[in-house]
Amino acid sequence: MQAVEVRDLRKDYGAQKAVQGISFGVREGEIFGLIGPNGAGKTTTLRIVSTLLSMTSGSVRVFGHDVATESDAVRRILSYLPEEAGAYRNLTGRAYLEFIARFFGNGEKVKDMVERGVEIADLGERINDKISTLSKGMTRRLLVGRALMTDPKLAVLDEPTSGLDVINAREIRGIIRNSTKGGRAVLLSSHNMLEVELLCDRIALIHEGRIVEAGSPAELKGKYAAGNIEDVFAEVVKWASATS
Amino acid sequence: MGIRNIIGKEVRELLTPQTLIPIVIVAVIFAMMGGVIGDIGEEVTQRPVIGVVDQDEGELSQIAGSVLGAAARVVHSGTDVAEGLRRTEEGGGVALLVFPPEFSERILGGEPGTIEIHWIMRGLGMMDSISSAPVEGLILAVNNALTVALIEGNVPLNPEVILHPTTRSDTTLVKGKTISGVPPSAIANTLMSQSIMIPLLVMMLMMMAGSTVISSMGLEKENKTLETLLTMPVSRGSIVTGKIVGSAAVGLVMALIYMLGFSFYMRSFQMGAIDLGQYGLALGVLDYLLVGVSLFLALLAGLALCIVLGTFARDYRSAQTLLFPITAMAMIPMFLIMFKDFATVSLGLQAILFLIPFSHPMMAMRALMFDEYPLVLGGIAYSAVFSAVVIAMAVRIFKSDRLLTGGTPRRQRAARARRRTP
Repeated sequence: MQAVEVRDLRKDYGAQKAVQGISFGVREGEIFGLIGPNGAGKTTTLRIVSTLLSMTSGSVRVFGHDVATESDAVRRILSYLPEEAGAYRNLTGRAYLEFIARFFGNGEKVKDMVERGVEIADLGERINDKISTLSKGMTRRLLVGRALMTDPKLAVLDEPTSGLDVINAREIRGIIRNSTKGGRAVLLSSHNMLEVELLCDRIALIHEGRIVEAGSPAELKGKYAAGNIEDVFAEVVKWASATS
Repeated sequence: MGIRNIIGKEVRELLTPQTLIPIVIVAVIFAMMGGVIGDIGEEVTQRPVIGVVDQDEGELSQIAGSVLGAAARVVHSGTDVAEGLRRTEEGGGVALLVFPPEFSERILGGEPGTIEIHWIMRGLGMMDSISSAPVEGLILAVNNALTVALIEGNVPLNPEVILHPTTRSDTTLVKGKTISGVPPSAIANTLMSQSIMIPLLVMMLMMMAGSTVISSMGLEKENKTLETLLTMPVSRGSIVTGKIVGSAAVGLVMALIYMLGFSFYMRSFQMGAIDLGQYGLALGVLDYLLVGVSLFLALLAGLALCIVLGTFARDYRSAQTLLFPITAMAMIPMFLIMFKDFATVSLGLQAILFLIPFSHPMMAMRALMFDEYPLVLGGIAYSAVFSAVVIAMAVRIFKSDRLLTGGTPRRQRAARARRRTP
């Protein structure tokens, strides 16, 4: 079964066509990256997969569940980390994790989830401090912990390491990589090409709402005779801009 | 140059339709209230409208009758009290003055004669009792005329009786109930706590709970927590309900604390209060239940409306501005019900009062005292429908893209319209 199956997805905001008929699939156990310039339609696509936005046409299925008609079922197996996510500033880090965990279970299950979240966030004693007192990087770690503590079948991560320093970002990438064990899948978006290259099994390049290139990092580097994904990205965007 | 630039920026930022519209609407509300109070002032300065029943038909009662005929507009003169009450009420009168048999004989016998005043009280607002003041003046004029007549006639009486030839007994007819021995001012004074406290409590409750729920929406957007919340495995209906119930609880606590202090202040005005229970005006368990239901539904309606308004908030600051329609909707009925009764305002104002769900708990307790069940039950039914419709609307908005995209921008709608135009 495909973890995510997107077919001819279109999304219009009035006259603006944000997504113009994209199709791609994410396999179980795979990390799939969506990359593209600002305003290309990445976040809109991630929000549609996460049941936050409706689609104009097309279909999206998550582990066989249609996001349009079975959104409740999708939300039970999915976790979404928005790019600019925040947390309730008056709660402590631990209370925030407990608040989220209670949507997914109760009793021991909540306790286990929270402990996993605390472990991923790795904030030490600061987990018991109010979120308003945490730094931007600490808050992001807490949010990554929140997103992965529920052991989601699909994690949708928009710029997962945004705001983190090199060491923290590296640790979080390791956690994301480990999270796909047991058939779990990750769909992520990032502007950090090194991150994409290190993490993703396959990537798709979006430009002006269309997928203009897709493949594994190695395939793409070979196809464009490029030393890294950043060069591939620059080449593809240049070509797509010229032909659009 | 620099300071002008800063002033210009500040003015542009602060002088927006969002800041101006509330001020304009408050000004309009005060102008409307001025009109209502002005009308009441006119009522006071006009000649009082009364009925007179003379069962004595003696020399002194006839003098009193002629004084009343000159100083008041008498809509009924006769000898039957029941008919007099009916015709005075139909004629818009505020009181029926009854001179009982042997009125003149008693005075001439050296005892004060009794004038029975049957007050016709149409409403229980603070301004509704004003109309009784001119009638008090009439009684004084009658007393003076009788004193003059007794002096001119050289009637050998105790000077005390000559100076004070009458006593009075008050009976107040209010909304179909007869309260003997109590003038309207005492009833109005006793009900003042309800006239002021209940509308104020409801208004404070609406504003505090409303502010909590709208701020919560604004904070969800400002702190970027809404997207996460909307991907949780919980129905949109539960999110809306949770926000409403949580905010209602917080608003209730805040309003109770506020009103506790205010009730101590109001106790100082409770001098001369009467026990309404002995006149059949006490509320039963069912009545209190109905008041509770009415308050709960009004709160539900208000908070559902706040959730809908909150979806337009961009951040905490803009959320506070969005509270204004709720404030206006709470203040209009509060002032109207404080000063006037539902029965004594114009049909247009009655319609406005009925359509605003917050009016119903403000009016419920007073209405139930006088067995006006259709008004209370109708208000409950209306508030229930209003709440259901607005909650459905809120859930619909939560299911749509509006919360994250803020709706379709105007220029995009215009572009679509241009495309549709051939």
